[in-house]
Amino acid sequence: MFIYGVSDNSLIAYMAANSDKILQLSLEHCLLVVVAVLIAIAIGIALGILISYYDVLAPAILYVCQIIMTIPSLALFGLFLPLFGIGFKTGVFTLILYCLLPVVRNTYVGITEIDPAIIEAAHGMGMNEASIMSKIKLPLAWPIIMAGIRTAVVMVVGIAAIASVVGAGGLGVFIFRGISQWNINAVLVGAIFVSLLAIILDQILKWVEYRSQV
Amino acid sequence: MIRLNGVTKIYKNNDTPAVNNLDLHITRGETCILVGPSGCGKTTTMKMINRLVTPTRGSILINGQDNQKMNPVELRQNIGYVIQEIGLFPHMTIADNVATVPREKKWPEKKIQNRVDELLHLVGLDPAEYRNRKPASLSGGQRQRVGVARALAADPDILLMDEPFGAVDPITRTHLQNQFIRLQEELKKTVVFVTHDIDEAIKMGDTIAVMRAGHLVQLDTPDQLLSEPKNDFVSALIGGNRAIKRLNLVKTREVIDSKPIQTLKPDSPVDTARELLITSQLPAVPVVDDNNRLIGVVHKHVLSALKDQADIADVLETDGCVVDTGATLGDALSTMLNYGERYVIIVDENYSPCGIISFTYLLELMKNDAA
Repeated sequence: MFIYGVSDNSLIAYMAANSDKILQLSLEHCLLVVVAVLIAIAIGIALGILISYYDVLAPAILYVCQIIMTIPSLALFGLFLPLFGIGFKTGVFTLILYCLLPVVRNTYVGITEIDPAIIEAAHGMGMNEASIMSKIKLPLAWPIIMAGIRTAVVMVVGIAAIASVVGAGGLGVFIFRGISQWNINAVLVGAIFVSLLAIILDQILKWVEYRSQV
Repeated sequence: MIRLNGVTKIYKNNDTPAVNNLDLHITRGETCILVGPSGCGKTTTMKMINRLVTPTRGSILINGQDNQKMNPVELRQNIGYVIQEIGLFPHMTIADNVATVPREKKWPEKKIQNRVDELLHLVGLDPAEYRNRKPASLSGGQRQRVGVARALAADPDILLMDEPFGAVDPITRTHLQNQFIRLQEELKKTVVFVTHDIDEAIKMGDTIAVMRAGHLVQLDTPDQLLSEPKNDFVSALIGGNRAIKRLNLVKTREVIDSKPIQTLKPDSPVDTARELLITSQLPAVPVVDDNNRLIGVVHKHVLSALKDQADIADVLETDGCVVDTGATLGDALSTMLNYGERYVIIVDENYSPCGIISFTYLLELMKNDAA
């Protein structure tokens, strides 16, 4: 197939020869990350809001999220393999778990760190809980939540490279094949494009953060 | 309007009640000041009215209705709430801050925007300039005025104010107080006002409730409180200089003559000015522009040294000793002392001079009081 019989040893030549594949796998990688992060944002913000109301739950939930982070990614992908089978689903599910901690923690901290006088003013003026959350708490916590989301994205772009082991595709395909075939160029291409993807996604989020603040 | 019956509040993990068996009746249109040292329960009392704090015992009736049986959100939307400047929402524009309660009440957007403009005008902020600014770009005094505008947005009958002018400098505070007094004369809200500053209480209040350790010590008009403090605690709170404090009970507009005062124009002849000073027996004469707005004063000693051909405009002092008609005689006195003058010019809302109060007059007043 494509990667195998490359005679020219230079990295540039390798990239030129595999440009189609690079593009395809980068898009796959991107999709994996974006889907996982979007779902994680929804779950993470909801959990963060929940534990901001029920303070007793906060340590337990944050602890569980933290433990998930300590499990080696290779093992976690493997654990969900029997549950979701080979492919995209297992990849996304595992990545969601890795995203949770920064999103949940930053949502929780962002909300609980707001000056209590502001919240009391909102209560005192007769705003209901839903209004206070949507008009006061979330907008004020937003920069911190956004920072959490950016952390999650950058981290998960890296972890997603492992997802190719469970057949979820992505740039990890280059890396793992390169390792198994002693092809240093393949490993390099995988690593370089994973990093590039992380930088690009982070810059996009930075722009989104800036735009959403005005 | 507001009636507290045997209200007691005991906070968790605390044996002594923050508020202890308090009875208080606040009538419609009255400004009631809760005053006392910190920890006396004044803020807790106020917060029980709009249910930010739930009383342990007793009941609070608002227009005859028990507030514990009312929907807290609706109750609060119909009670204006002003706290120290920190209570503005920092991420919202001034207009959005003021529009908070009308939006919660789901007014039509057009009506809300008109109301915002109206209120900003009312508190003396130009809507065109301030509407779209964030609270951080305003001065402390301006933020406080936005706070008042926000509380008035849905035209509530009751206004709760928790040390609203506590975080601003003394000059701005006096200004805000006078503005609020003027506003209140027009709006006639029922106001519950918390402060630890007895001078502010005397100046702003129709009635003053002095509190100590959760108890109501004395409930009286400022006049009675000054003349008959119930016990040593109240006397100590009022402090010395009672004659000076009484000056805060009288507004400048109550003592000035109704007939217009004589003024000069920048191009008036020096002769006229001299004549005026001699006949009026005053140390200075106000100078006004064509719209009768005060632009400065001319002092007697300057004028006497002046040549006949000189221009009034040249000897005009623009940084004058001025207070408005809403100020008290106490404000007038401290302004005189600040400027080191023996007079103060009183201006109306158009900044037209409408009277002069002299130091001698204030001395006479204090002497009679003391006697």
